[in-house]
Amino acid sequence: MSARVLASGPHAHSQASVSRVMMLVALALTPATAFGFYQFGWPAVFLFLVTITAALGFEALCLKAAGRPVGRFLLDGSALLAGWLVAITLPPWAPWWLGVLGAGIAIVIAKHVYGGLGQNLFNPAMVARVMLLISFPVQMTAWVLPPPMGAPGAPGILDGLAITFLGRSPAEAGFDTVSAATPISHMKTELSRGLTLEEISAATPDLMDLALGAMPGSMGETSAALLLLGGLALIAMRLISWRIPVAVLGTTALLALITHWIDPSRYPSAAFHLTSGSLMLCAFFIATDYVTSPSTALGQLIYGASIGALIFIIRSWAAFPEGVGFAVLLLNACTPLLDHYIRPRVFGRDRRGKPLDPTPTPRGAARRAGP
Amino acid sequence: MLAAVATMTAMGLSLGALLGLAARRLKVEGDPIADEIEAIMPGTNCGQCGFPGCRAAAEAVAAAAAPVTLCPPGGRMLASELAELLGVEADLSEMGETTPMVAFIFEDQCTGCTKCFKRCPTDAIIGASRQIHTVINDACTGCDACAAACPTQAIVIRPRPDTLQNWHWPKPADGLDAAAAPAREVAA
Amino acid sequence: MTKFFPLKAFSGGAKLFSIKGGVHPKDFKALSAECAIERMPAPSLLRVPLQQHIGAEAEPIVKQGDDVAKGQPIAVGRGAVSAAVHAPTSGKVIAIGRFVAPHPSGLPVATISIRPDGEERWAELPPPLDPETAAPSEIAARVAASGVVGMGGATFPSAVKLNLGKRFTLETLVINAAECEPYLTCDDRLLRERSEAVADGVFCIAKALGVSSIIVAIEANKPKAIEAMTNAVAGLAIEARVATVPTRYPMGSEKHLVQTLTGRETPARALTADIGIVVHNAATAHAVHRAMRYGEPLISRVVTVSGKAVRRPANVETLIGTPITDLLDHCGGLSEEPQRLLLGGPMMGQPAPSLRAPIVKGVNGVLGLTAAECRRAESMPCIRCASCVSVCPCGLTPLELHARIKNEELDGAVEIGLLDCVACGSCSFVCPSNIPLVQSFNYAKGKLTQQQRTKHQQEETKRLAQQREERMARIAAAKKEAMAKRKAEQAAKKKAKEQKAKEAAALKAAQEEAQSGAQEPAPGAASAGAAAAAAREATAPNENPAQKRDAAAKAAPDKTEAAQ
Repeated sequence: MSARVLASGPHAHSQASVSRVMMLVALALTPATAFGFYQFGWPAVFLFLVTITAALGFEALCLKAAGRPVGRFLLDGSALLAGWLVAITLPPWAPWWLGVLGAGIAIVIAKHVYGGLGQNLFNPAMVARVMLLISFPVQMTAWVLPPPMGAPGAPGILDGLAITFLGRSPAEAGFDTVSAATPISHMKTELSRGLTLEEISAATPDLMDLALGAMPGSMGETSAALLLLGGLALIAMRLISWRIPVAVLGTTALLALITHWIDPSRYPSAAFHLTSGSLMLCAFFIATDYVTSPSTALGQLIYGASIGALIFIIRSWAAFPEGVGFAVLLLNACTPLLDHYIRPRVFGRDRRGKPLDPTPTPRGAARRAGP
Repeated sequence: MLAAVATMTAMGLSLGALLGLAARRLKVEGDPIADEIEAIMPGTNCGQCGFPGCRAAAEAVAAAAAPVTLCPPGGRMLASELAELLGVEADLSEMGETTPMVAFIFEDQCTGCTKCFKRCPTDAIIGASRQIHTVINDACTGCDACAAACPTQAIVIRPRPDTLQNWHWPKPADGLDAAAAPAREVAA
Repeated sequence: MTKFFPLKAFSGGAKLFSIKGGVHPKDFKALSAECAIERMPAPSLLRVPLQQHIGAEAEPIVKQGDDVAKGQPIAVGRGAVSAAVHAPTSGKVIAIGRFVAPHPSGLPVATISIRPDGEERWAELPPPLDPETAAPSEIAARVAASGVVGMGGATFPSAVKLNLGKRFTLETLVINAAECEPYLTCDDRLLRERSEAVADGVFCIAKALGVSSIIVAIEANKPKAIEAMTNAVAGLAIEARVATVPTRYPMGSEKHLVQTLTGRETPARALTADIGIVVHNAATAHAVHRAMRYGEPLISRVVTVSGKAVRRPANVETLIGTPITDLLDHCGGLSEEPQRLLLGGPMMGQPAPSLRAPIVKGVNGVLGLTAAECRRAESMPCIRCASCVSVCPCGLTPLELHARIKNEELDGAVEIGLLDCVACGSCSFVCPSNIPLVQSFNYAKGKLTQQQRTKHQQEETKRLAQQREERMARIAAAKKEAMAKRKAEQAAKKKAKEQKAKEAAALKAAQEEAQSGAQEPAPGAASAGAAAAAAREATAPNENPAQKRDAAAKAAPDKTEAAQ
């Protein structure tokens, strides 16, 4: 009879599946991404679509080359999510080839060269971001702040197509108000010119704008509030644990608090750190990537705290205004080490793996009676 | 100059003497690795490896004159143990997943000639003259000596039958990875 | 690591302790929870395996063609850890042979087949035993004679566990009625319908162990059973209470249940008895009650038949040896071809090898699961989501274990705790990639055992080979000696003849002197010595009991060899 399946238990299963996980993460990213579309207009939409299509295309090619069933693996959603993350970390008006190149780096180099799903050492989106940043510093820092979609002065669909696919620069396209720096890079530049924070503060958006995302930045990382919302939803659905986000945000905030307290003229407040740059995106969606983060509770705390600290250090003292990509990649490299040395305590054994002593009962009676 | 030459010469002489002494004093008799190898060999001297007995085989392996995969009854497990002992990489792929083999006697063809149990290195065949012989599976190494000796071809070497005691779950096929790249066997 | 915070809400007053991990599978208990226990009539043929327990196979004491009465012992335990087997009903033994075992492998096991005569004629049963007056060893002996084994699925002979009081100082008896497996309701029904009997069995076990307190642990999703048992244990002469434990799989795992109830962690590779606690299953307690009060052996058990592929889910009191197919027919048969046909629960149950396989003492459920209930999809690569790490009640890292086993690094897997795995299946249950983690661990554990066995066997064969070599050497030496003697003898004779010829005139006395001067023993003595040596060689191997073989059969070839 066909019920004779030689498979060991359990014969029941929760609803969890790889594609469900990936789709829910994508869903949690949707509000922030939608806000990015609204804020940056049609060029952002086209860049997003191009990047995701390219990611899926590269994935299909790699799967075919690896001899895996293309359909099933393409539907697992991992390439979609990787493409999505690449897209929303690009400058929203970047040319199409930057998105395609980013998707190619993420899928081919960072994922499939390592063996495909689950095998990569580094977060594909971050590898793409960092490689692009180093290779194309100009295009990767061409920030804009146009009027929001639909508002007068915002690029229409045709303008959007021209910006994304014809590589027309914002100025050529006739949008003279758009060139801007992100708050965090602006601050860095001004600080390096010897100005104090008080002197710069007039030019930085107020906290409300930072939290909502009304500032120049990558396509999907500007709205800290919406990212936080999506992240909390993931924690509530138990798709990610609270440990990594809390450790990342907590460490950065703590270091910012301390340094801001010591010298408020040089170090911005914790609130500025939390709401600017891609810290929020990193804490909930990048650092929590399953494949490249540690699998034990303590390991996740150490990993998250280290990322938070590195982000703060790079932002405060290094040459780059934003340190998320580098911090995540460095800690990705430490993940195997963390997983090797930090393991949960096994039931009935102490931390070193020796069996526990049969502890006497409160009444002190239960031990081996005879010799 | 003279002092330097004298010092160097004295040093050379004394060190040389020390080395010579050490070579004499600490001389290793025989080949200890061969003994270690012999200790883990099946020890049934079945001769399937082509050497006269396990000792000879052990010496050949120790001298790298024979591969670590030489012993069919020892199988994959012995090969990986030997590889570990000698610190060499063993290509176990050719050995395949060796299932333990045992001799089986077709009783209707057995004439009770006693030739097989006289050849059996582990006394795994019981029976008397002009009586049907039987194999004790637990004592049989599947070395083929009896099958070669049987005048009526009543003995075959076949995989040890599964029982509830020695059955275990098969390794699960790991989805697609298995199809794309077969699981690598790691020596030792 | 373990957090000792009290969970007062559940315990009905007493403090409980939290355990790590665990999952909440959909329980599907509603399918059969309200079905009262029904008795199934004897089927047309019973297949009673002789190995329904952990330990050595029982030895049959009936012959083909014998008439057996209901409850008559048909096989007795062999060795320290074994269990007797009894005829489930009266009838005729039609065969003693090998038949498909209720085991995933479907390999055959020694089985006594009985054709019931329908008379239900009872054998003469031993008289009731009063636990108040009986000695602990008497209780254990009765339980052993009744063939009672752990009925929660582990099937460890209960009598062996009742004797633990001799080796350990025991304090508490825990009755495991958690029934954390989905679908299963047989213990729930037993506790509700026969609470007095179960409580009495619990008391008997407690008396045998000599413990001072009893805790009956029931999951919170069985309020009626909790109520019934609370009333039933109130009257016991030993301090007893019912603890309501949280509904969480694998709450029924012995060591985790003990930790929940007492906050104490059983050391790895040790027994709960090491910390003064013994755990027995509720159905086992019921069987002990029948054995003590009625002298009835374990010949039937309550089995939950459930799953959406079964027409009429039920809790059936089934005779041991009833083929699965008869039990399913009793429950209206299968409504569709099940995706999985299981013995036991969906988490730790085993696939049934065949519909003809029999129900045995450890089978608490027969489940026909549809594809929708199994929800097992094709597996994907591990995405390292670490869900398995967070649900593992044993603190293991299943993803890492699997990775090592996949690469055949079995020793490496042991290093990180493979042998501490209880195979509860929580990891596979939550795995989004649907990786068969438990099967991987089962494979590794089995392979390691096999390797050990092979190694042991190789040592054994090596020893045999050496013995044989020595024997052959001795025989050869004896032969050589005999040959040398014969030669010397002949030489002596020749010499004697020559001497005779030469010194024909010499005296007889001088001739004798010449013989002893050559220092040769008498020819007769030499051959006698050789024969004795040969005889010694012939009998030598028989002195070794390890060879475990027929003495006569063994001696024969040696004699032939010696004679050559």
